[in-house]
Amino acid sequence: MTSTYDSPSSGLNQTAAGVDTGGVETTTGPISGAGLSSNGRLTLLDIERPGDPGVFAERVRSDAFEIMARYPLGQTRSALLPMLHLVQSEQGYVTADGIAFCADVLEITKAQVAAVATFYTMYKRRPTGEYLVSVCTNTLCGMLGGDDIYAALSDSLGVGMNQTAGIPGEPGSITLEHAECLAACDYAPVVTVNYEFFDNQTVESTSELVSQLQAGNRPLPTRGAPLCSFKEISRQIAGFVDTRAEASAATASGAPTEAGVRLAIERGETAPAYPHDDAGTTAGTPGTTTGPATGAVTPDSAQPTSAHDAPLNTAESDPAAPATGASHTQGELFGKES
Amino acid sequence: MPLTPVLTKRFGTNAPWLIDNYEALDGYVALRKAFATPPGDLITLMKESNLRGRGGAGFPTGMKWDFIPKNDGKPHYVVINADEGEPGTCRDLPLMMNDPHSMLEGIIIACYAVGAQHAFIYIRGEAVHAIRRVTIAVQEAYARGYLGDNVLGSGTRFDITVHGGAGAYICGEETALLDSLEGKRGQPRLKPPFPATNGLYDAPTVVNNVGTLCSVPYIVLGGAAWHKEQIAPSKVAWTEDWNDRNPANKLNDPYGSPGTSIFSLSGRIKNPGQYEAPMGTTLRELIEMAGGMSRGHELKFWTPGGASCPLLTIDHLDVPLDFDAVAKVGSINGTSAIMIFDTEDSIVKAVLKWTQFYEHESCGKCTPCREGNYWTAQILERFVHGEGTEEDVDKLLDISDNILGRSFCALGDGAVSSIMSSIKYFRDDFLALVKPENRRAPEKTPVHEGGPLLAGATA
Repeated sequence: MTSTYDSPSSGLNQTAAGVDTGGVETTTGPISGAGLSSNGRLTLLDIERPGDPGVFAERVRSDAFEIMARYPLGQTRSALLPMLHLVQSEQGYVTADGIAFCADVLEITKAQVAAVATFYTMYKRRPTGEYLVSVCTNTLCGMLGGDDIYAALSDSLGVGMNQTAGIPGEPGSITLEHAECLAACDYAPVVTVNYEFFDNQTVESTSELVSQLQAGNRPLPTRGAPLCSFKEISRQIAGFVDTRAEASAATASGAPTEAGVRLAIERGETAPAYPHDDAGTTAGTPGTTTGPATGAVTPDSAQPTSAHDAPLNTAESDPAAPATGASHTQGELFGKES
Repeated sequence: MPLTPVLTKRFGTNAPWLIDNYEALDGYVALRKAFATPPGDLITLMKESNLRGRGGAGFPTGMKWDFIPKNDGKPHYVVINADEGEPGTCRDLPLMMNDPHSMLEGIIIACYAVGAQHAFIYIRGEAVHAIRRVTIAVQEAYARGYLGDNVLGSGTRFDITVHGGAGAYICGEETALLDSLEGKRGQPRLKPPFPATNGLYDAPTVVNNVGTLCSVPYIVLGGAAWHKEQIAPSKVAWTEDWNDRNPANKLNDPYGSPGTSIFSLSGRIKNPGQYEAPMGTTLRELIEMAGGMSRGHELKFWTPGGASCPLLTIDHLDVPLDFDAVAKVGSINGTSAIMIFDTEDSIVKAVLKWTQFYEHESCGKCTPCREGNYWTAQILERFVHGEGTEEDVDKLLDISDNILGRSFCALGDGAVSSIMSSIKYFRDDFLALVKPENRRAPEKTPVHEGGPLLAGATA
């Protein structure tokens, strides 16, 4: 794979022919579908085809301009990553058409877009299923069961990494991948479906989950929003998020996330209270102003009730140490005259 | 050692991510206080608080803010590194999910302090739930007047853009993140120039981690002294003891790495999760909080701050976990992501899987990292399949030595951390996987000279 360094000054607005293959390994002859190259890695589908930006509806183009508007004037190339998610949300993967579309809208070369599209894991290079099932097989999840889950799933679905069981895009079709650390190690081993979490999985629970998906059901994730299709979630990653209540209110917080806070409440432990106003001149002498002993817990009746019956007792809400900053002087803010 | 929830104090309360609930729990109070303070004094506050970046490197936040040129006429930017992906690290996503507004408040204060009007939150693409939550929080903040024109009557406009990544661990490296945010392949830039002068769009840029910025409102409210005093008391005694035993390698200031730290505990413990306690808390204390080991076996190896930090062992149970002390014992505090493994876990297999991760995530820009990890992964695979030789152990160390310090960015250094430290502490585990016919002839076996190398051995 050639490595294209696309500096901001090189090749901007280039429209000459012959830029289509930059940054991408090419082979002779027509490529009719993705294949495995000699090193076992996926090659880009249809990359030699010029790609037609016109296949996208006008509304997609207006979405693309909406993405560009998020960035400062003259810096619209920043929109490329979200825009690639956007074209993926239309076609289920990043096609030559999608690359041409991004290049066209951003007025950069297709080579520049292809170089980016082939760099990142989340841009899929061939048609993807209705559900992308990602099994974390990084060390921690892997050793706590993720490896077994992936092997069993691969076996039962009859597919390997980035391959799809069923007809891509059709209901119940499933693309399998093993993922790197998904930042949920306290829920290990984890599996995501279209990036929504299913925690503390076993071979059996994941097998059941996948069977449900194939049967047209959508089991609720352990944390996060109800499932949608891979195309729909790609659109959300592009920044067009689902603001419906059931999606936005999903807690995404389970017992491990709250383990420390719950234990602190159980033990009656808190952080030190903020210093009183008259204690503000003792900066640099840690331990003399306040400490755990003075950070007494004082429940505040005005506090919202916890959804988990675990009311939050913080030193900050201690009426004896009000944290209203309006009356603080500058010296107090720093703990000493600056 | 007590738990001290500060950043996590709203976890588990009633929908703390909604702006009304956030405001009811001291939300946006710090912002008002900050706006009544000259920006330069806020930077001084951050310096005096000794807050060090929570993204892994532990760089002093106040100093980073102070590097931004003043009155240079250029636009300044604040970029939030929310590309959480260091194996074992699972702290920033819960922070953004539960308490997105504390991050936004920290961001707006940071923008005000360094003269920036536009901030970008780069969230890893897979974390779609966090993208959703933070995007909605930003919309709420605009509607409530904390973003947009003339924020709180300051006469200044502040904007925040939420930007989803696309799956590349390397984008957690700050300059690779900036390139990625500019719509390019996420590959690290040569430093210098540093982001403080030539960052996003070649303009002065502060790149801060989520946890760092979430800490900012509390420091503004509590003051520098309040923050600086928060260390585990045992750290002071440990420092004295260390200095007595290591006169040539002293640790000067026991308070050099203060504040609370969210320890992310995972692996072979009963109750994995997020435990917020003062910097300097020890693993012994943390495992006790987490209910002990999960399946009755003894602790064998663990990471103090993610996979990129050299492994530690049962001999390090009482090391204060902060940036300074962990560095003294040969590892890195990193993201305080503690993965815990017991004696039934194969360390060689663990190291193989970490190495395969780095092989996959190497961006390909520099040769030592791109090629080196390709080879070390193959050798480790040989070991796991029983095909390794004694010479392979030395070869692993040799290749690692050619990656460490010779790679373009810290990814290469992190990649060999687990290899080098595992051989240092558990060489015999590697040798145990070598078949008899692949062992060296007895006369060639090196004899350990000097003191005992194995824990428990007698001199």
